[in-house]
Amino acid sequence: MPAIDNVICANNLSLTFESDQGPIHALSGVDLEIGKGEFVSFIGPSGCGKTTFLRVIADLEQPTGGAISVNGMTPEEARKLRAYGYVFQAPALYPWRTVEKNIALPLEIMDFPKEERRVRIEKLLDLVDLSGFGRKYPWQLSGGMQQRASIARALAFDADLLLMDEPFGALDEIVRDHLNEQLLKLWERTNKTICFVTHSIPEAVYLSTRIVVMSPRPGRVTDIIESTLPKERPLDIRDTPEFLEIAHRVREGLKAGHSYE
Amino acid sequence: MSLRETIIPILTVIAVIVAIWYAAAVWMNAQWTLDQAERAGQTVTFTQIVADTMGQDRPLLPAPHQVIAELWNTTVEKKITSKRSLIYHAWITLSATLLGFAIGTTLGVLLAVLIVHNIAADKSLMPWIIATQTIPILAIAPMIIVVLNAIGISGLLPKALISTYLSFFPVVVGMVKGLRSPEPYLLDLMRTYNASGWQTFWKLKWPGSLPYLFISMKIAVAISLVGAIVGELPTGAIAGLGARLLAGSYYGQTIQIWSALFMAAALAAVLVGIVGLLHRITLKRMGMAR
Repeated sequence: MPAIDNVICANNLSLTFESDQGPIHALSGVDLEIGKGEFVSFIGPSGCGKTTFLRVIADLEQPTGGAISVNGMTPEEARKLRAYGYVFQAPALYPWRTVEKNIALPLEIMDFPKEERRVRIEKLLDLVDLSGFGRKYPWQLSGGMQQRASIARALAFDADLLLMDEPFGALDEIVRDHLNEQLLKLWERTNKTICFVTHSIPEAVYLSTRIVVMSPRPGRVTDIIESTLPKERPLDIRDTPEFLEIAHRVREGLKAGHSYE
Repeated sequence: MSLRETIIPILTVIAVIVAIWYAAAVWMNAQWTLDQAERAGQTVTFTQIVADTMGQDRPLLPAPHQVIAELWNTTVEKKITSKRSLIYHAWITLSATLLGFAIGTTLGVLLAVLIVHNIAADKSLMPWIIATQTIPILAIAPMIIVVLNAIGISGLLPKALISTYLSFFPVVVGMVKGLRSPEPYLLDLMRTYNASGWQTFWKLKWPGSLPYLFISMKIAVAISLVGAIVGELPTGAIAGLGARLLAGSYYGQTIQIWSALFMAAALAAVLVGIVGLLHRITLKRMGMAR
């Protein structure tokens, strides 16, 4: 039963896609509770259902079994109340809109007044370090800048929950490090709940308060690891024994998931 | 590309075409010259044949300079209100073309919107829309004109509707593709905002489809012109480029036919050029031109 301070509460959740080759068990028996202000990473090989789980939270996929609540209601109700911001793997910026117009998109749809929109865009551009780029079109920006713009867009309307589906997957290592650092600062400042899908063990360990390790066929949770790292995390924390210890546990969890096949 | 690189190939092609044309004119018109000479009991030299084939009144194939002279005569030298002005006739055809194009584009966009948003329309309309284009326009054009005349509609509109009949098709096909062009994750994004269908249409599908619309419109405007000319052919129209073509062929006025053809080609080029320009301006204003 959903506790009040649980943002997400999944109970024996499963999702099966019907395909020509027979049913595909994208999610099977997932039990998970995510509290307010947590930073939870989902890690696992392709096909383990981590993206599907995120999409179920976002009401972009319908579960076929079990129960899930978001902010104590159904995902659909939560979506209609605009409870979350979603960041896709691709920046998903509209090519005919400038950066500031892209950030304005959800605000326009949600009928924010013009002046309010302007103030928010200004703040958001500053937050993601894109001040002065508001008038640029997406194709005029680098991949990292585009993804920052799309994060700003997801933050524009004050949703307390941020769902991020491999947002930095297509970026190079250095840009990714930089954005990880910025994302942590942003999380600290805004106190949002973040669900973050990733392929990368160091990324998951560096960012998260909790790491959910998943395995494929059927997609299920094999391990949940609480991070013992402090909230303050400079990039070189990744060289500490504590960090490596957690990374090791994640790797073991991933291996264990594979050995079931 | 430099100007030289673009101009030289074009000029070369034109020069080759003109040379072939002159050769063909000599070859095709020589028979008439020879027949005339034989009837008069004269013999003609090759030089005389060539000279004669360049300036016949009703040649099988007029020489390029004859067509150019006729074009000059019927455009620059005539008042545009004159029934002998090619500009007057071109305007008659152009007005039907533009009206038909406007109706065709609007109809095409509306049908595409219906098809994209309604599964029943998607399944039921598309086969009929394709079927319309398998019927030869020459067969259906007189019927459209006769039927509309019978219910009291005559003049510009029947001709324009034949243009519409041809031009709505590429717009439907292009716009269906255009309205479906946004990536699934862009649609998902709208869903996460709980955007209405209306908002999704105006903020995503419509702008996303505009590049497709302009490409379709380029095809549509050219075949609109074809439609308007075809609309003038079987109906005994007294004005318009189609009427000039028809009158020319009745009276063996090949020079008139060719000059009307050239006028039609020039008109088509200008129309396609204008749509192309609008395409570029729109994409630039939308920030999508690089």
